[in-house]
Amino acid sequence: MTLARRRFDALIIGAGGAGLNAALQLANANLRVAVVSKVFPTRSHTVAAQGGVNAALANVFEDNWHWHMFDTVKGSDYLGDQDAIEFMCREAIPTVYELEHNGVPFSRLDNGRIYQRAFGGQSQNFGGAQAARTCAAADRTGHAILHTLYQQNIRARTHFFDEYFGVDLIRDDDGAILGALTLEIETGEPLLIEAKTTLLATGGCGQVFRTTSNAHINTGDGMAMALRAGVPLMDMEFFQFHPTGISGRGMLITEGVRGEGGYLVNKDGERFMERYAPNAKDLASRDVVARAIVTEVKEGRGCGPNADHVLLKVDHLGEDIIAKRLPGIRESSQIFAGVDPAVEPIPVFPTAHYVMGGIPTDRLGHVVIPSSDGSEEIVPGLYAAGECACVSVHGANRLGGNSLLDILVFGRAAGQQIIDHLKDSPEHRPMSDAIIEKAVSRLSRWEQEGEGISVRELRDEFRKVMEDHAGVFRTDEIMSEGVEKVKAVREKLKDVRLGDQSKVFNTARIEALELENLIDIGMSIVLSALERKESRGAHSRPDYTERDDVNWLKHSVYFQEGDRLDYKPVQTKPLTVETFPPKPRVY
Amino acid sequence: MVESVLGSDLPPLGQLRWQCRRGMLELDYILIGFLDQHYPELPVEDKHLFVRMLDFEDQLLLDWVMGNVVPSDTNIRRLVGLMQKELKTT
Repeated sequence: MTLARRRFDALIIGAGGAGLNAALQLANANLRVAVVSKVFPTRSHTVAAQGGVNAALANVFEDNWHWHMFDTVKGSDYLGDQDAIEFMCREAIPTVYELEHNGVPFSRLDNGRIYQRAFGGQSQNFGGAQAARTCAAADRTGHAILHTLYQQNIRARTHFFDEYFGVDLIRDDDGAILGALTLEIETGEPLLIEAKTTLLATGGCGQVFRTTSNAHINTGDGMAMALRAGVPLMDMEFFQFHPTGISGRGMLITEGVRGEGGYLVNKDGERFMERYAPNAKDLASRDVVARAIVTEVKEGRGCGPNADHVLLKVDHLGEDIIAKRLPGIRESSQIFAGVDPAVEPIPVFPTAHYVMGGIPTDRLGHVVIPSSDGSEEIVPGLYAAGECACVSVHGANRLGGNSLLDILVFGRAAGQQIIDHLKDSPEHRPMSDAIIEKAVSRLSRWEQEGEGISVRELRDEFRKVMEDHAGVFRTDEIMSEGVEKVKAVREKLKDVRLGDQSKVFNTARIEALELENLIDIGMSIVLSALERKESRGAHSRPDYTERDDVNWLKHSVYFQEGDRLDYKPVQTKPLTVETFPPKPRVY
Repeated sequence: MVESVLGSDLPPLGQLRWQCRRGMLELDYILIGFLDQHYPELPVEDKHLFVRMLDFEDQLLLDWVMGNVVPSDTNIRRLVGLMQKELKTT
C-alpha cells in the first residue's frame, strides 16, 4: 500500500483549547506544526465551556495561588498530585494574562481589570471566606478562547488538517512515537504524518455513557490511541455526573432550577429527596441527588413508558418566575425534552459530564508510564494535554473553573516543553514499513464485507451497559456484571460490518472507528471502578461508603494488554510549599 | 453508498452530516435531527440556506435556535423559525 506522507516538527491531534494553545507556542517559535482535527477547529468541545478560568488575580477579593492550590487539593479529595496542582495554580496567572494579550475579550470590572466571579469550592485563606477567582468572557468563555486561539494560530501559520481523523499512533520498537496515521474524512484516504513529537489533545470521552452532556465528537480517540500504543490510562473510575440531565438526551438542566424551588418527584408524585436527604432535600450535593434518582429508577419508581427517569417540577413557580429567574430553561425543555416546564415537569436522569482520568502525564506534558514504586518512564516523542490527559490536578473530583485552566496551562506547558526538546533532538527518527502496518490494518479491518452487527446497534448496547454498570450507582455486584458485559461487547465488535464501503464522507466508517475507541475506554472505566473499594470524590460506592486513605490514596493505572491494573502513589509533595495532608472534605 | 444530489451543487448528505457535528451536544441534536427529518423535504433554495447556516459559529447558531438572538438575514430568520417550530413539535 502506498501511503501519502507529510512531515512536521510537531503533530497535534485535537484542536480544542489544549491543542490550539500548544500549537500557538510552537508556531510562534517558527516550528512546523500540524494540527489534525476531525471537525472544523472552532467546533471543538471547548466552545461549550461557559463558566470561566480560575486564576488568583485578586481583582475582586484578596487572593493568591496558594489558596487556589489548597482549594484544588481539597476538591480533588486529596487524590490530585500536589506538585502538578502547585504548578497549575502558579501558572494560571501568566496563562490568563497571555490569553488577554492574545485578544480574549474577558469581562471587565469598572476599573478596567478582568472581572472575576465566585464559584463553589473557592476560598480565601485556606478554607475561609468565599473567593472570586473565575475569569469569564460573559457566559461564553470557551467560545471566546477557542476563537481567539484559532485566529492567532492562523496568523502564526499553523498548518491545519481539518476533518482528518486520527487512527493510530506510529510507535517504533524502542517505544518512541513517530507520528500518526490519519484518515481524510472527505476522501476516505489515509495520510501518514511523521513528526518528531506528537501531542494528544483530543478531549473527553463522555460518549461512553448513554446519557451525557458531551458533544457527539467526545469519543476519547486520543485515550484509545494511547492504550493501543501500550500506554495505560490513569484514574478512569473518576467521572463527574450531573444529576439533572434531560432524560435520553443528556443536556444539562442547571442546578439553579432546584435553587429557585424546583423539586424532583417519582412516578407516584412523591418528593423522594426528602427520604434521601431530609434536611437539604433537592439541594443536597450532586452525588447524593444523582444516586437517589438512579435508586428510584432501579426500584421501579421511574417515570415514563420505560420507567427510566424521574421528573423535575417547576410549573408551580409560574410562568413569570420561570421567565425571569430561569431564562433559557423553558426553551431548552421544549426543544430537547418536548415539554413546556411552565405546564408539565421535565424528565431528568444523571448525565455524564467530565472525566478526571486520562493519559498519564507529568506537569510538563510528557506522557509517562507510571510504576507502583512512584517512578515514571517517559514515552519518547509523546505528549498529552487537556481532558484526555491526567496530570493529575483534578484527582477524584474537579472544581468548577479548573477545566479550562487545565487545558490552557498544560497545553501551553507542553508546547514550551516540545520547543525545548526539539532544540536537542532536531532529526526525525527512522520509520520502517513494518511499524506502519499495524495502524493500517486497523483501517483495512473495516473493509470486511458481509452480514454482521451494525455500528449503531452495538454502540447503543455498549452505552446502556456503561450507564447501568459504571454510572453513579456502583456496587461490587453491579460492576462485576458490567465487566463481563463490556467484555462481551468487545467480542461482538469483531462481528460488526459496515453496510457502506464507499470512501467519500463515509461517516459510518468514522463512527465504527469511534466505537472501537469507546469500547477500549469503557473497559478501563468499569475495571478501575470495580477495583477501587472506597468512596472518594466522584467515585461513590454504597458498599464502601468511606474514603480509605490507608489503602487507596493512590492512582489506578489500567493497561489494555491483559486488562491489567496497577497503582501509583499520589504525589503529596508540592514543588515549594508544605504538603496539604488529607482531611475530611467538608464544605 | 454516499448520497449525492444530481443536478445541483448541494454537498452530499454524508458531508452535511459531518458538518452537523458540533462542539455542543445541543447543536448535534438540533442540526442532525433537522437534517434527518426535514432537510430532504425542503425546497432547493432552503437546502442551500441550511448549508450556508452550517458555516456560522456554534454559539451564534445556538443563540438563534434558542431564541436569544434574532438573525438579521430574513431568509435565515425564516429557516430558524421553521427549525424551532419543527423541533418543538417532534
